[in-house]
Amino acid sequence: MDTASMPVGRVSGRDSQVSHRRHQTLAGVLFILPALLLFALLLVGPLLYALTLSLFSQRLVGDTIFTGLDNYLSALQDPEFGEGLLRMLLFLVVQVPIMLGLALVFALLLDSGRLLLPRLIRLGVFIPYAVPSVVAALMWGFLYGRQFGLLGQLGRALGLPLPNFLGSDLILASIGNVVTWTYTGYNMVILYAALQTVPGELYEAAAIDGAGPVRLALKIKMPLLRPALLLCTVFSVIGSFQLFNEPAILRAAAPDAITSAYTPNLYIYRLAFQDQRLNYAAALSFLLGLVVFVLSYVVTWAARRRRT
Amino acid sequence: MRRSLFAVVTLCCALFAPHPARAADLKAELQKPTELTFWTWVPNIDKEVKLFEQAYPNIKVKLVNVGQGAAHYQKLRTVLKAGQGAPDVTQIEFQYIPSFVITRSLLDLSSFFPVEQFKKKYPDWIASQVVIDNHIWAVPQDSGPMGMVYRKDLLEKAGIQVPKTWKEFADAARAYHQKNPDSYLTNIPPNDPGQWIGLLWQAGSRPFGQKGKDTLRIDLADPGAMKVAAFWEPLIKEGVVSNDPDFTDAWYQGLASGRYASWLTAAWGPVFLQGTAKKTSGSWACAPLPEWDEGKPTSGNWGGSTNAVLATTKHKAAAAELARWLNQETDPALMFATQQFLFPVNNSTLADPAFVEQEAPFYGGQKVNKLFVEISNTVPRDFQWSPIQDFIYTNGPDTFGQALSKKGDLGAALKAWDAAVVNYAKQQGFKVTK
Repeated sequence: MDTASMPVGRVSGRDSQVSHRRHQTLAGVLFILPALLLFALLLVGPLLYALTLSLFSQRLVGDTIFTGLDNYLSALQDPEFGEGLLRMLLFLVVQVPIMLGLALVFALLLDSGRLLLPRLIRLGVFIPYAVPSVVAALMWGFLYGRQFGLLGQLGRALGLPLPNFLGSDLILASIGNVVTWTYTGYNMVILYAALQTVPGELYEAAAIDGAGPVRLALKIKMPLLRPALLLCTVFSVIGSFQLFNEPAILRAAAPDAITSAYTPNLYIYRLAFQDQRLNYAAALSFLLGLVVFVLSYVVTWAARRRRT
Repeated sequence: MRRSLFAVVTLCCALFAPHPARAADLKAELQKPTELTFWTWVPNIDKEVKLFEQAYPNIKVKLVNVGQGAAHYQKLRTVLKAGQGAPDVTQIEFQYIPSFVITRSLLDLSSFFPVEQFKKKYPDWIASQVVIDNHIWAVPQDSGPMGMVYRKDLLEKAGIQVPKTWKEFADAARAYHQKNPDSYLTNIPPNDPGQWIGLLWQAGSRPFGQKGKDTLRIDLADPGAMKVAAFWEPLIKEGVVSNDPDFTDAWYQGLASGRYASWLTAAWGPVFLQGTAKKTSGSWACAPLPEWDEGKPTSGNWGGSTNAVLATTKHKAAAAELARWLNQETDPALMFATQQFLFPVNNSTLADPAFVEQEAPFYGGQKVNKLFVEISNTVPRDFQWSPIQDFIYTNGPDTFGQALSKKGDLGAALKAWDAAVVNYAKQQGFKVTK
């Protein structure tokens, strides 16, 4: 409207500016278009498809019918799903602090420069992460076995009565151990990298003020590590609720301790591919996604609140 | 015009011909160049398939092994749902046949083979699992009538006679464990509904049935089942019978190292054991299951499978012939029995001296096959499966199995299993009766 009422001569400069800006916008859109298309195709599309699936029910007798939120309502009352979620919550509360604590200690020790053979230790802690989780679970399964495993043989050789690591009392701890073994190195690398970005002047200033290495770690490094720790925590929350490989593999060695609904993901997998209840499985997937989203948000929110 | 006339004629033939497709047509069909896909997990089945290809040089068979048990059915059900990629012929265990019938996934073979003649080839209890309401849904391949394999040496050392009744078995279990604190008379696995259902079958429990298309009879806690639960519960609570999961590394070790003095198993068990517990060769023997009513020998079945043709096949005649030929012709059937050690299902193979008279060195020269043929004759014929057997088998270890594993109340656990199954059946649109 404005441009139309303006005198022709004066417009040209502004007009070219506008068209330049438009060009830029267009170029921007074009640049993100491939990613956006892939995002829509590979992420939004399947999500919408799953959402539609979750609103129907396919039955062996009679046709597929629209059931609205029925799948979600029965999911909320499903004891197997609820138990799996609670189990993962317990796992999260116990295993994640242990793993992140270990990762933090290793990162600080490495950063302090007081370790012998720092490279070897850094590599040693990180290497389990490079082992595929399927292989890791298999390997630990063989270590845990009471009749056939290394721990069992050691126990017999030393005459020690070892508990059953694959029994229903200890299996969650055994899985937690495998996960800790695998992911401590990964988290350590993130934290260690964050420590490398701390400006050297801060350390100098602290040293001038008379801070020793312990004080340096607690008062300077830890607060500065907060964003990285938060990142690790959020990743671990997501990882915990998606626990699948380790229990799925260990099931072969401990079928009585790990039920087919031991973790929410195992349960969803069973529902979709063994029971062929794709609709119900889709509804559970959405609920699980929601739980993970909410928990991640709570963690972030709590961390932010503490800082201010 | 011509085409529709042809269609009318074939339709009339189909309607009025009580007899299966004409033999001459079938023969012509089998001369055409055809490629069949066959999903199976049976080891070395290529030997039998090669014989088939020699008999029908124009038919090529592509063998695919997509996994055994659950992995196999997962993939099969997925391709069937997808509507493409399904094989022509597939391996299916007896208990899953109704679950594929209800989804209309199987080809009714009665249009190729006369039903009465077909049934006569098998013991009644096997025929009744594949021929349902005069439809032939699959060709039986092997079976698993249940018996007991036991360590002769261990029982002798403990001064224990081989138990003939379950009552004797319970007494023997207590006496045996008292003398051997590290060993158990037997093991009842919490993760294996197949064995449990076989024991129910023997005890007269009939947990499943189907009336029409949409009504199921389900009672996993019927009097027979409760009787079996009440028998094992005290033995497991007292700790004189172990409750380790089976087919795990620990269990294999247990079989080989004498942790279990017997294994309640099926006819395929003896050969399986030879591979697992090689070191103990010669110290094992086989016997029938202990009886509930003395003098009335009865057994149940655990395992065994069939070859079925999928309704989606484009080569109906060739696929049906492959399923029949492999399992009914003398040569391949005997080969399955004597080389792959599948326990046979054909009356003719069950009577073949080459099979029956075989002596097994692992069992001290005992004629194991002969014993299991006799056991096969004592399996009751009125046992039925349900079309939701997958769910029943995956849920069993989670409900009933958990109680067994934790040495809890088995009767209550059976009821919990039953309730979960009934609930699932109703969700699937079935009417459920006891």
